[in-house]
Amino acid sequence: MEKRHKILLLDDDNDWLALCREMLTAALPSKPEIITASTARRALALLETESIRLLVCDLKMPRIDGLQMISIVRRRFPELRTVVLSGMEDEEFRSRSYALGVDLFWLKSEMQRNSKLFNECLESLLGRDTQSGFRGIQSKSLMDIIQMECLSRSSTVLRITRGPLVAKLWIQDGDLIDAETEGAQGEVAFQRLLAWRMGTFENLPAEPNRPRTITKPVNALLLESAQSMDENTAPTEPEVIEAQSHRKTIWKLSQLTREGAEFVISVPTAGTKGEPEAIGTQSIASLTHWTQRANDIALRLGERLGAGPLLHLTGQNLERQVLLLARGDRAFLVGWPTDATGNLPEKSRKLVETWGS
Amino acid sequence: MGILNKITFGLFRGSTANIQELPTGSVTVDRHGNIVTSTVSSAFPKKVLHSIGHDVLELFNEARASQMPLAEVTLHFGSLRITARELRGGAIIFLFPQTALMPTPHSFRL
Repeated sequence: MEKRHKILLLDDDNDWLALCREMLTAALPSKPEIITASTARRALALLETESIRLLVCDLKMPRIDGLQMISIVRRRFPELRTVVLSGMEDEEFRSRSYALGVDLFWLKSEMQRNSKLFNECLESLLGRDTQSGFRGIQSKSLMDIIQMECLSRSSTVLRITRGPLVAKLWIQDGDLIDAETEGAQGEVAFQRLLAWRMGTFENLPAEPNRPRTITKPVNALLLESAQSMDENTAPTEPEVIEAQSHRKTIWKLSQLTREGAEFVISVPTAGTKGEPEAIGTQSIASLTHWTQRANDIALRLGERLGAGPLLHLTGQNLERQVLLLARGDRAFLVGWPTDATGNLPEKSRKLVETWGS
Repeated sequence: MGILNKITFGLFRGSTANIQELPTGSVTVDRHGNIVTSTVSSAFPKKVLHSIGHDVLELFNEARASQMPLAEVTLHFGSLRITARELRGGAIIFLFPQTALMPTPHSFRL
């Protein structure tokens, strides 16, 4: 007799739990046993005592929230499949969830709109054998991932995120048909995306009606990109180096203008070597000094308080607003006019992310 | 009798981690870093509160020395937000503990 798998639904909304339970019981072909919990504490107790195959977890919950719950279960129950089902449409939570290692992130609204696909995804997660097969892709380059998708002749939309930057690749029957990122489309977007050194990706349902903007075969594009990356990493001719540096400056200036920032300054953090780089300001020495000192003070303060990592530091006066954030071994200070609007931390992050690419 | 003791002893044996609560409230410091007023819980170590005041004043002083005097500074940590306003050499500091799901404010202002 085939074993019935168990799914644990965790949500603080009891009505939603009842609805989900009904929907999944009726829709999943393998007829798994659905267990519900309205608190993380109760869910953890059930995970200890029951042999649960899959956890479907909400994010916004009192006391222990979904992200905390996921990080606990990833450590304590590494074999458990995890799905985040959330009502929060902020992309930040999607990337944070995937960074914690969830198998699937789904919005509640999408689940209701496309319940068939959601059920298929759950069924696929339930069906995977724990004793054989592989989970996740570790240390694979984006080129490898794209080649894998194309060689397997699959149809999918690859959604790739790198911090605040988002890119999408449309693959239809193993052919790359379109790409989109940072306001660019088609081959330009694809080449820009391949310069990303790290990020997370997820497979979204295929969009067969997507118009084709890329006509070249994917292998030709990958080859072109690899060649251009080789040239960029090992330039020998002085004119080539100068031209590249000029192109980089123009690119950075255009990014600065597009976002509406006044200046960006990049400095090495304490204990690391390197020269400060600045665009849009003449006060390099004084701003470099403040950026390094402020970064040191903030890190020291955060450590003393146990307040977690420094996300960013902002400051303002009557003339401008500044935002400091650290990336790797460098700290960045972005200057904004006082009347700048929109999500400035997010915009600054985007600027900093594109700085190195 | 004694069973409950065994259970609780068994469950909580080893859970002796020293957890320091994040501060919440506001603090006013003068130009020398002395605390003038505070609404932070008295259970929170005074020494740490003092060092927050010093670090914040140092941020303002360093900014002034770099010809970029700032009127307000906000530090966004994973679980704490510290907003400080300059007050004639001193500062008023607001401490807001954050939860994982609390969105970061888009605007720099309070």
